[in-house]
Amino acid sequence: MLSVFILAPFAGSLIAIFFPSDQRGATAWFAGAIALVCFLVTAGLYPIVASGNVLRYQLEWIPELGLNFTLRMDGFAWLFCALITAIGVLVVLYARYYMAEEDPVPRFFALFLAFMGSMLGVVLSGNLILLAVFWELTSIVSFLLIGYWHHNAHARDGARIALTMTGMGGLTMLVGLVIIGRIVGSYDLDAVLASGDAIRNHPLYVTVLVLILLGALTKSAQFPFHFWLPHAMAAPTPVSAYLHSATMVKAGVFLLARLWPVMAGTEAWFWLVGLAGLTTLLLGAYFAIFQQDLKGLLAYSTISHLGLITVLLSLGSPLAAVAAVFHIVNHATFKASLFMAAGIIDHETGTRDMRRLSGLFQFMPITATLAMVASAAMAGVPLLNGFLSKEMFFAEAIETHLVNPLDTATPYVATIASMFAVTYSLRFIHSVFYGPTPTDLPRKPHEPPRWMRAPIDFLVLACLVVGIIPAQTIGPFLHTAVISILGDATPDYSLAVWHGLNIPLIMSFVALSGGVGLYFLMRSYLATGIEGPPVFRLLEGQRIFERVLVTLSWKWARSLEQQLGTRRLQPQMRLLVFLALVAGASPLLIRGFTLPPLVIRGIDPAFALLWAVGIACAVGSAVMAKFHRLASLVLLGGAGLVTCITFVWLSAPDLAVTQLLVEIVTTVLILLGLRWLPKRIAGPETAEDIPLRTRARRLRDFLLAIIAGGGLMLISYTVMTRPLPETVADYFLARAYQEGGGTNVVNVILVDFRGFDTLGEIAVLCIVALTVFALLLRFRPQADSLETPEQQRVQNAFDDDHPDRTAGDSVAEYLFVPSVIMRWMFPVTGMLAAFLFLRGHDLPGGGFAAGIAMSIGFILQYMSGGTRWVEERLRIHPLRWMSIGLLIAVATGAGSWLFGYPFLTSRAEYATLPIIGKVPLASASLFDLGVFSLVLGATVLMLIALAHQSVRAPRAHARATRPEKEAAE
Amino acid sequence: MELVLSTGIGVLTASGVYLLLRPRTYQVIIGLSLLSFAVNLFIFGMGRLRVNAPPLLEPGGVGDLVRYTDPVPQALVLTAIVIGFAMTALFLVVLLASRGFTGTDHVDGREQRGD
Repeated sequence: MLSVFILAPFAGSLIAIFFPSDQRGATAWFAGAIALVCFLVTAGLYPIVASGNVLRYQLEWIPELGLNFTLRMDGFAWLFCALITAIGVLVVLYARYYMAEEDPVPRFFALFLAFMGSMLGVVLSGNLILLAVFWELTSIVSFLLIGYWHHNAHARDGARIALTMTGMGGLTMLVGLVIIGRIVGSYDLDAVLASGDAIRNHPLYVTVLVLILLGALTKSAQFPFHFWLPHAMAAPTPVSAYLHSATMVKAGVFLLARLWPVMAGTEAWFWLVGLAGLTTLLLGAYFAIFQQDLKGLLAYSTISHLGLITVLLSLGSPLAAVAAVFHIVNHATFKASLFMAAGIIDHETGTRDMRRLSGLFQFMPITATLAMVASAAMAGVPLLNGFLSKEMFFAEAIETHLVNPLDTATPYVATIASMFAVTYSLRFIHSVFYGPTPTDLPRKPHEPPRWMRAPIDFLVLACLVVGIIPAQTIGPFLHTAVISILGDATPDYSLAVWHGLNIPLIMSFVALSGGVGLYFLMRSYLATGIEGPPVFRLLEGQRIFERVLVTLSWKWARSLEQQLGTRRLQPQMRLLVFLALVAGASPLLIRGFTLPPLVIRGIDPAFALLWAVGIACAVGSAVMAKFHRLASLVLLGGAGLVTCITFVWLSAPDLAVTQLLVEIVTTVLILLGLRWLPKRIAGPETAEDIPLRTRARRLRDFLLAIIAGGGLMLISYTVMTRPLPETVADYFLARAYQEGGGTNVVNVILVDFRGFDTLGEIAVLCIVALTVFALLLRFRPQADSLETPEQQRVQNAFDDDHPDRTAGDSVAEYLFVPSVIMRWMFPVTGMLAAFLFLRGHDLPGGGFAAGIAMSIGFILQYMSGGTRWVEERLRIHPLRWMSIGLLIAVATGAGSWLFGYPFLTSRAEYATLPIIGKVPLASASLFDLGVFSLVLGATVLMLIALAHQSVRAPRAHARATRPEKEAAE
Repeated sequence: MELVLSTGIGVLTASGVYLLLRPRTYQVIIGLSLLSFAVNLFIFGMGRLRVNAPPLLEPGGVGDLVRYTDPVPQALVLTAIVIGFAMTALFLVVLLASRGFTGTDHVDGREQRGD
């Protein structure tokens, strides 16, 4: 049942986005229906929760890591659900009338529903990590909603600030939650709630506390992270009413209350939470007095009230926790209604600036009355709900919880902040609804549509009813919530308007009369119309934030890059090699390393000779690479051949086949590329001509290379002379035939046991081929590479000189014998490829080797006949082969789903073909066919793309030079 | 055998690393190829060197490490050869494109003083 709370809003969000943008009513109805369903489900669950049960819903997510999709509803979560869904319904109704014709309404409601789902997720999460996920989702959706009018720069800035602040807080909170998970040994909320002592006594307690507080305080806009909330007021008013007063900003205090049983009550908690809360309570209220923007005033008031809740939670007494929960509900009702009223004023007059608004009572008496009742609740006037929780707050403030200056200061700060609250509430009402008739309003004000006001009617009624008969209305719900937090520690408390003449009542009286007095004292200052509070307005949070951001992400980053970074590849490579050396050597140095005895005996002289050649080739290739590229390439091929023979020698026939074929293709590729490199001829310089710096650098690189080579030699010798430890090899050897149906274990591993790796690998090959193709499409060779090669020029000149010859004859005749042979080799290569492919599962070979072999067949045709000759005769569609190959491979893998097995499960059979005999026919062979087709396509695509340059480039060259010639003539 | 092969791996690595640190793109591509031979042989050597024991089973048979060499490093190296080929091809084309765009075959796309 609980999954409805997550599924319905998110599914609804996905559907809502597809509503046509002119269907405002329908989209609103749809969103409202979803919110209403969620609300009704919540209401329906009340009897279960009220009887003390905890509803749970669990889906396994990554159980190995303790991550589960656990939803959990106790009384406290229920209260929040009720709040979120009920106010959600009202806000949808309100937004239906608030949003303008030209606004993209489907996007608004889609985001709205997504937010509702995320927020429900936060309160219902039964797993700490899941909670963090939903927490971040609310931040992201809030970002999108604040930036809803993204053509407005304020909206964009506000959205960015809000996301940065709450996002960073969310990250630190995640770290804190992970540490809690480690302390408790589980991320499950029930397990965490049951291990309060373990957490409080853990040495990391303060770290965890600070990390989690950073999350909670940023989310609930507590000082000094409060400044994002006023900027978030650039959002449409329904968003402000819903996210930034009633629900999302409550997530921070929700988390504090949720973790209250396991984290509260310590000195650190009291100081950190209390100090943040008291500062916010006081400063928020003070700043609110000086706002000129209606929503700004309400935003600072929200900050202040959140501070009040934070203070209550900091006190660590159960009674204070009750008051905190009560105030969460009360604040949501009166503040949401006030935001909606502010939105109506904005909507009907065209401005929210209090300097321009006045005397609106005569135009909208009903709205004015409602707003007055709601702000009276905000100010804490008796007979309204705000009064009750404020009285409870006062009562707690005068109690002594811990003997320290903060505790002593609390009652005074509380009274002063309440006084400020009265002042700004009074200012809101007095300056907007009273005074002279407004003169310069953009629109003529009037009452809003009936149904736009309905949500306010309802919320204000709730304020009144709860304020007058609290015990009969909110009482049982509150009690259910409180019990779920406090359990056995739930204190006796009474929700009543009249508790007799006591200190809290006197404090209320002082605050009320003081606040009224303060307002009339400050009227002359407020009338000057200066935005923001004196002195403090110079300290603008946003400006500090921007400066910090610029310093961090631009100035520091740039200077770091300048000092530490380089755009040159060589220093980077050197660093890389150096780091690799350190990484390779450090475990040997730390853990110790004994050199094995040197065994000279038993060396096959032929093998030694082979490697003497190999070593000579490697060194020669390195020496020649600068001035003699072709020689270097040939020597590289020599080293490759030695490697290949080593594989044959040491029982790895598959590797040898593949290495040989790849070596051929690589050599051809590089040969094709050589033509486009600049000529480099060794100068007559001797060793003395080379500058000392260059020689020093070469020596350093040489030393690095020697150390790297020597190190790898040492390690490989050491490892290879030790006996093989227990490995997974036995597993594969034992099952290759029984389960994979092939005798070639390497091939079975590749196409069966580790088939998914191979799929990834051929996908990489595919991507590389496409990249090569795309890069070469835009290839523009340098001018000095464009001319016809010298040999061709000589041959063409010869043809021109002899009248009996036509141009190109010599070029064709030059390779006449080889080209005939190569042409005839095509079917033979095809046969070889088929042979390699068919025997692959049982003997060395396989799809990969076959694909490369086949591509060699194609490239031979290109070499013998030239590009045009081949393409006139053969249909070559490498792209098509690649896609078919990938499709076959994936389809084979997916085919096993049809039989109820996991992806890429293989099935082995033998089939008897005429003449050829028994052929292994595992479904893995089909997969191998995909590999074959893809490898063939990819290799041919790369080779052809490179070969085509020789045809394309002269053509482009001719095009480019022709106009010049014509001009010259 | 081990001594010869490890010497070979060492020389291939040293040549490869030295070329990797050179300024010309062609040197780097040859260096990468040499280095990938070395690394492939190194990984292959982790399964120990055996003569005449290829991991090709008797039909219907069950293999063990006494009669056959370790197939796992071989499978890994087979993959490595393929990826190495793809890498070389890609690098070659990037090299050519860079030369086409910048007119030089220096790894940074422009000549540095003193190289």
